[in-house]
Amino acid sequence: MAAVQETVEQVRRIDVEQYKYGFVTDIESEKAPKGLSEDIVRFISAKKNEPAWMLDWRLDAYRRWLTMREPEWARVSYPKIDYQDLYYYSAPKKKPELASLDEVDPEILKTYEKLGIPLREQELLAGVVRPEGERRIAVDAVFDSVSVATTFQKELQEAGVIFMPISEALREYPELVRKYLGSVVPTSDNYFATLNSAVFSDGSFVYVPPGVRCPMELSTYFRINERNTGQFERTLIIADKGAYVSYLEGCTAPQRDENQLHAAVVELVAMDDAEIKYSTVQNWYPGNAEGVGGIYNFVTKRGDCRGDNSKISWTQVETGSAITWKYPSCILRGDNSSGEFYSIAISNGHQQVDSGTKMIHLGKNTSSRIISKGIAAGVSQNTYRGQVTAHRKAAGARNFTACDSLLIGDMCGAHTVPYIEARNPTAVFEHEATTSKISEDVLFYCIQRGLSQEEAVGLVVNGFVKDVLQQLPMEFAVEAQKLISISLEGSVG
Amino acid sequence: MNAGIAAIKTEAETGLADTYAAARQELPGGPAVAAARAEAFNIFALGGLPHRRLEAWKYTDLRRLMKDAKPLAGAPDAAALGAARQAAQWLSELGARRIVVVNGTFVPALSDLADLDEGLTIRALAQGLVTDEPLLSADLGTLLPHNEPALALNTAFAGDGVVIEVAAGAEIKRPIHLLFVTAGETASAIFTRSVAVIGAGASVSLIESHEGPEGSDYQVNAALQVQLGDDARLDHVKIVREGGAALHVGTLLADIGARARFNAFSFIVGGSVVRNQMFVRLAGADTVAEISGVSLLAGRQHADTTLSIEHAAPGSQSRETFKAVVDEAARAVFQGKIAVRQQAQKTDARMMSRALLLSAEAEVFSKPELEIFADDVQCGHGATTGTLDDQLKFYLMARGIPAKEAEALLIQAFVGEVIDTITQESLRDALSAATLAWLGERG
Repeated sequence: MAAVQETVEQVRRIDVEQYKYGFVTDIESEKAPKGLSEDIVRFISAKKNEPAWMLDWRLDAYRRWLTMREPEWARVSYPKIDYQDLYYYSAPKKKPELASLDEVDPEILKTYEKLGIPLREQELLAGVVRPEGERRIAVDAVFDSVSVATTFQKELQEAGVIFMPISEALREYPELVRKYLGSVVPTSDNYFATLNSAVFSDGSFVYVPPGVRCPMELSTYFRINERNTGQFERTLIIADKGAYVSYLEGCTAPQRDENQLHAAVVELVAMDDAEIKYSTVQNWYPGNAEGVGGIYNFVTKRGDCRGDNSKISWTQVETGSAITWKYPSCILRGDNSSGEFYSIAISNGHQQVDSGTKMIHLGKNTSSRIISKGIAAGVSQNTYRGQVTAHRKAAGARNFTACDSLLIGDMCGAHTVPYIEARNPTAVFEHEATTSKISEDVLFYCIQRGLSQEEAVGLVVNGFVKDVLQQLPMEFAVEAQKLISISLEGSVG
Repeated sequence: MNAGIAAIKTEAETGLADTYAAARQELPGGPAVAAARAEAFNIFALGGLPHRRLEAWKYTDLRRLMKDAKPLAGAPDAAALGAARQAAQWLSELGARRIVVVNGTFVPALSDLADLDEGLTIRALAQGLVTDEPLLSADLGTLLPHNEPALALNTAFAGDGVVIEVAAGAEIKRPIHLLFVTAGETASAIFTRSVAVIGAGASVSLIESHEGPEGSDYQVNAALQVQLGDDARLDHVKIVREGGAALHVGTLLADIGARARFNAFSFIVGGSVVRNQMFVRLAGADTVAEISGVSLLAGRQHADTTLSIEHAAPGSQSRETFKAVVDEAARAVFQGKIAVRQQAQKTDARMMSRALLLSAEAEVFSKPELEIFADDVQCGHGATTGTLDDQLKFYLMARGIPAKEAEALLIQAFVGEVIDTITQESLRDALSAATLAWLGERG
């Protein structure tokens, strides 16, 4: 008992102020007036020089949003959001005509440097020869409402891959965007997705042409900087027939006393034989030890396995945000398509996490796999909410779900709410869930062999989440491991 | 989410309101009971019939499934009493003390009330209501939402039922069989409320069976409220074998004391729409609860088993196992929730639900749920759905067993696992026989 007691004490002591990405970058910014109205929607659309159909699309979403009600079914509680008290558009003030990365505000570049994200293609520019086979990552950096830099564009272009801010794609490839935008998450999907459709400002657009294996990992780094700003980004990834792409997403924000809203939409489309791997390390500011401040992370992520034999894999490490409301899902439409969801959700302090997935089996012989690991500490609430559905025609559908929760301390809660719906007799679904604390026996065993208390807990927690960590691309796995340590500082070495 | 929105009243809802307005003066009870009824009806009137937007009724939309409200059943006539005499022949081997309720009215003349064991009293609920005993109150803490619509309707309308009291320390050897029979030409609505108060250290076995005529679309709303004292033991078996067109909404409320042992088993084989909901609260420390059930469904049957088990004190153990066999265009629903309160450390809870789909149109919805606020616990749940294993079937057929028989054997084994947990042998045999009969009817 003593060992656990100590862990509990340590977790309690965690200084949430340790959030190392809590700095603010001092740059001039340009904002739309506070509040939300048709004019603001028009303003955003105009700022982005969007085609007329896009403005209509946004206005349609906005009008629909006005008639909708905020969802209340999730196990999260927060004061009512005043949607009129937010800035819906904020951009770093730019010099007219930004020709190259060198003209990006050095303050912003410094920010990303601090975050450890190499935006400059310095080595490449300097002609440094890289060892054969070394992996490189193309990064799209989104600062508040706009994308500030996208690297390796030229090299990607040679491969035929389009990777650019969605605002740019709307101007350069309007037909391509129009074809797919909203086809996975329609504007009327849910309250936050509809809001996003009306006011989204930027995000990434990826198109991988048929048969192309994207030569490098693609990555977007989101940063909320401004006060009182909502971030609404929209990501659209299309893998055409036989294509493959791996995409990484990271998020941070400064420490602030007020809650900030982040309502993103991510749409993935995988055609025949295509594969998309989407990984997220979400580390928005979680609020301080008393639960003041932090990001409200209300995100809609959905992938559509549109073609036969396609595959979409979601991996997420959720450590930040005051509130997480997020259900990356897969629509398994094509025959033999498969969906995966690997998740680590860690909540500490006053964080509330309500996350999970939906696997909707429509095609024949579709399969899905859900591995969810929840760790709750402090006075946080950690909920897994998932749905697995087999429709009438989904013959041979197969699902395996395992969700395990670990509780550290007696003030937190861990909950599991799965919905399993089978409308086809040949569908085989298995679901299992467990909740427990770290076993005393296991800890004792480790300590007896010379590990310290902290190392032992670290070992157990890392073992607990191993299945998911293994799914992350290498670069992220390292970052994620560090993040888990910081999030549970005190209980993990 | 949208429960607050005033929806257009369905025919059944307006019917219930009319029935209540007409019957409120006639329903038994003193002023306190009348006030409780009025309050309960108000709760119902505000929310209306439960619908799919209410999380707890997500898969059983009564607004859609309950087409109209039947008139309240009157006192049973001679024909009904005659039918009741012939009821539940298949359970006649149990050697149990039969207590008969016909069309919602307790009938002492048909009940075996002679030579009651010492410490056992059995009486009609209506008697207690007249003297304003608080028999309709159900305070089950956080587990049961105060506005639970099915129970609210029961409180508003229940005219009779059975009150069973077992004195502390009494060991009742002979099982008590509560036989609820619906009979008669015209379809009616039957509301019964029964109460079992079992004193500390006492033990009793309670069988509850429901049946009625085929072809009549009568409606039953039956609630049983159990209070199990410290160190007491209750074995409860509920059998739903209503007529093929009937609507059955059953609610079990159980408050379990420290170190008590509570076994509950439900067997659903009849009825067109069945909702069997159980709210169990392990209020005392170190209790052991085993709750299980079997549903055998065919035709267009819809059966919903909803279980909510709350561990409110430390050291309790609970095991839940539910199995459903779904044929033709039937639909099985299982919603099971294990809630562990912060003080309920050392809880050990396991829940398993399995469903077997036998036809292309069969449907299964399951929602096992964990809600845990204590850290030193072992909790888990599992859920599976699938069809019969072809390999197993092949194995049997390779040994000369015809396909249909092979299937029957596998299904029997599937549900047998749960039926075998029933302690009383004669009852176990009766349910196994009923399973065989069901399999025999399968074309």
